[in-house]
Amino acid sequence: MLDARIPSGPIDQKWNKSRYEMKLVNPANRRKHSVIVVGAGLAGAAAAATLGQQGYHVHCFSYHDTPRRAHSIAAQGGINAAKNYRNDGDSVFRLFKDTVKGGDFRGREANVFRLAEVSVNIIDQCVAQGVPFAREYGGILDNRSFGGVQVERTFYARGQTGQQLLLGAYQALEEQVAAGRVTMHIRNELLDVVLVNGIARGIVTRDLVTGQIECHAADVVVLATGGYSNVFYLSTNAKASNCTAIWRAHRRGALFGNPCFTQIHPTCIPLSSEHQSKLTLMSESLRNDGRVWVPRKKHDTRAPKDIPEAERDYYLENRYPSFGNLVPRDVASRNAKEVCDEGRGVGPHGQGVYLDFADAIHRLGLETVREKYGNLFDIYQRITADDAYNVPMRIYPAPHYTMGGLWVDYHLMSTIPGLFVGGEANFSDHGANRLGASALMQGLADGYFVLPATVPDYLASTKLDSVSTSGPEFMAAKVEVENRIHKLLAIEGNRSPDSFHKEVGKIVWDNCGMARSDAGLRKALARIPELRDEFWHNLRIVGTGEELNQTLEKANRISDFLELAELMCVDALHRTESCGGHFRVESQTTDGEAKRDDANFSYAAAWEWRGVGQAPALHKEPLSFEYVPLSQRSYK
Amino acid sequence: MNLTLRIWRQQSAIAAGRFITYQVKDVTPDMSFLEMLDALNEDLINRKEPPIAFEHDCREGICGSCGFLVNGVAHGGQRGTTVCQLAMRFFKDGDTLTLEPWRARAFPVIRDLVVNRSAFDRIIQAGGFITAPTGGAPDANATLVQKEDADTSFDAAACIGCGACVAACPNAAAMLFTSAKITHLNSLPQGQPQREERSLSMVVAMRNELFGSCTNHGECEAVCPKQIPLEFIGKMNRDLIRALWHRHREPLVIPGTVQLPCAEDAHEHFHEDFRLPVQEIAHQDPLQKFQADLDPESQVRATK
Repeated sequence: MLDARIPSGPIDQKWNKSRYEMKLVNPANRRKHSVIVVGAGLAGAAAAATLGQQGYHVHCFSYHDTPRRAHSIAAQGGINAAKNYRNDGDSVFRLFKDTVKGGDFRGREANVFRLAEVSVNIIDQCVAQGVPFAREYGGILDNRSFGGVQVERTFYARGQTGQQLLLGAYQALEEQVAAGRVTMHIRNELLDVVLVNGIARGIVTRDLVTGQIECHAADVVVLATGGYSNVFYLSTNAKASNCTAIWRAHRRGALFGNPCFTQIHPTCIPLSSEHQSKLTLMSESLRNDGRVWVPRKKHDTRAPKDIPEAERDYYLENRYPSFGNLVPRDVASRNAKEVCDEGRGVGPHGQGVYLDFADAIHRLGLETVREKYGNLFDIYQRITADDAYNVPMRIYPAPHYTMGGLWVDYHLMSTIPGLFVGGEANFSDHGANRLGASALMQGLADGYFVLPATVPDYLASTKLDSVSTSGPEFMAAKVEVENRIHKLLAIEGNRSPDSFHKEVGKIVWDNCGMARSDAGLRKALARIPELRDEFWHNLRIVGTGEELNQTLEKANRISDFLELAELMCVDALHRTESCGGHFRVESQTTDGEAKRDDANFSYAAAWEWRGVGQAPALHKEPLSFEYVPLSQRSYK
Repeated sequence: MNLTLRIWRQQSAIAAGRFITYQVKDVTPDMSFLEMLDALNEDLINRKEPPIAFEHDCREGICGSCGFLVNGVAHGGQRGTTVCQLAMRFFKDGDTLTLEPWRARAFPVIRDLVVNRSAFDRIIQAGGFITAPTGGAPDANATLVQKEDADTSFDAAACIGCGACVAACPNAAAMLFTSAKITHLNSLPQGQPQREERSLSMVVAMRNELFGSCTNHGECEAVCPKQIPLEFIGKMNRDLIRALWHRHREPLVIPGTVQLPCAEDAHEHFHEDFRLPVQEIAHQDPLQKFQADLDPESQVRATK
């Protein structure tokens, strides 16, 4: 059933060959084709702008008040590209190899190679748009090292790289809006995908200001709606980030790839109170100079300065002497959880470890540390009121990114013909763990280069009958959406949407977070349907559906998280190996590291929807590794 | 701590609004301002009252969604801080806080503390971009950029488009926002080919959106969460004057507005019959008025 449409031939020629074989649309005919792009983050805005430049008539949808708000904006560190400007041994092949290995051999080689290949064009494109990357005094672009790789290939714009890249894409998009080639639909949220004769031909949306449910028809639909880390309730994602678009597409037949592959980022500010609404990321770069430690004694409540050196456990340095504090994200996160579970965590709730700069200040001087990390120390102080120059920071891991998403083939088309998926919303490139500075690279690769090649090929090679939004398929989908909204409003129970979100988030965090066990996952799978049932009987929304109603918006998104949470646990339970961010306690080496099972699990899991509470059907896309030989990661 | 909140409630753009007073109990110092509002909203839902609508998303001070006035100050008065990052430890037990939406003619209220800031998008559409279609870009290091220029460009590009500058300005001017985008793009070599069209078109678009003019109060700079400096407005004005003397063509097409030629060019491109009454031109096109003020000859022509 799953045909990934990977072109034949040597890996470094696949993309060129594929582009050569793709069909084209005559420039004069392009304006006759309409394209719907849902989401206006890096992938969505880049795709909408580029397809608009090519001459297609694009409709772009965003639930924000302007496309510049998408959560791509919050990415801090940088974007990778195999430019080798440093002449330090980087190449497309090396970026490819690092990404396949970093993903713990659960990504698709052909896609990863293409990503590395177009990475160089992304930087050129962004510079031409006026993205103000950091520069050296000679006027050339600056690079830095990131995420433990051995070359300097990360381009950055201070700590706001995502913001600057998004503004570049946003400005290109607004230029197309002014030119009349893109129509922006702001404050509009997708609530369903409409299929006519088995292919995607439109969407149903809700206008968030008037509440009006509307149908939109087009020749092709592109989803670029981001990841689903908010299933955990507390994550580094923006509050509105949700899974509704990809989940509704999944319910219409798009298979969901590797839902249990989520990334927990090790350096975030710990939870401080039950009112906390989100977790804030502190850049990974802090681990370059900060030392991670906890007290050796359990439940040690002394102030950090009163704990003598001999009673401190620098557990990452002790356990991983060659990588020390710079082990990959999944390893650092798991170790922090372990020491906290042992009762050695610090801070008011015991859920935190110290990230100590005392040695760095002693070695480099206060001014150097201030210059390198000053803005991060300021953010930390603003939130916690602690001065990290004098007391160690407290950090704890937090959900950050989802490698899983809708299954797509090499063309980024889902299992629904005519439904393409780009950026974090698809599952394709990062395997079981994403490397730092690779998310921006993938979003823009999909948006600027891959979709603008594969979408026209689809339009040119598909017979598209004319459809109308008053056709039976659209009307049926619209009625279904309206009924669901009415049903949510009519429950009139006693619990707020947030209370359900917090509860399901805790279930998924406890059982399908940093460490997953058979027993825990089964417990979650028993509890989630009960909670979902209570949601549909005891939810309270105040207000109506015909106005700006933020509580209704939340409830609608949570109703989808309550279904996705179950699929994540099903996927995590079936994959009895450990790989990347997916750590099954039953599958570890003698010294407690993740142990892959390549004989049985060298495949991407793609799940088919069978109905609420019904067991989903598993389809497998076998993965083969011809260019990067399978090996066990070791950071000792 | 316990607080009294006076919050602007307005059901829709056309409904009348008013302040309603709420008591919030057990606020902890480590809560953010928006988490305090979350707690109030949970309480309102429990009481079956409509929760307060306010905009927010990233809660890290970068997306620009959030923003309202706290006791008349945009984002609540902590330097360089959006209201989502404002901690409750800056307030004390018993405080009374007044919360109201951005007040500006160009930002109509949608509901409660939510306003419509689409005018900013239309200013960007007028020229806040560099035309660089995907695919044809030269190598990223082919054009060298002086570090100082790159840094100035970045300082301007840090704007998050929240609208606090407009809300704080006694004239509801969008000069800080517009000048930030113009400075971002005009400081870079890549931005030079469109420099003059961009400056002219964006200023015209800004004027057409019913934003006021700058009278050098500096309130915008004081509340800007990204601390965009006032000097960028001076840079924009210099670019505008330069563009007026150098320009050899019309401003870019601005969506939703009538394009009017300046009086000086009108006789070249338009037949006498097509010329609109001069007063109307002056009223609708601030550039024309601006140029007329500078050029006594055109004033003579205009009064003919």
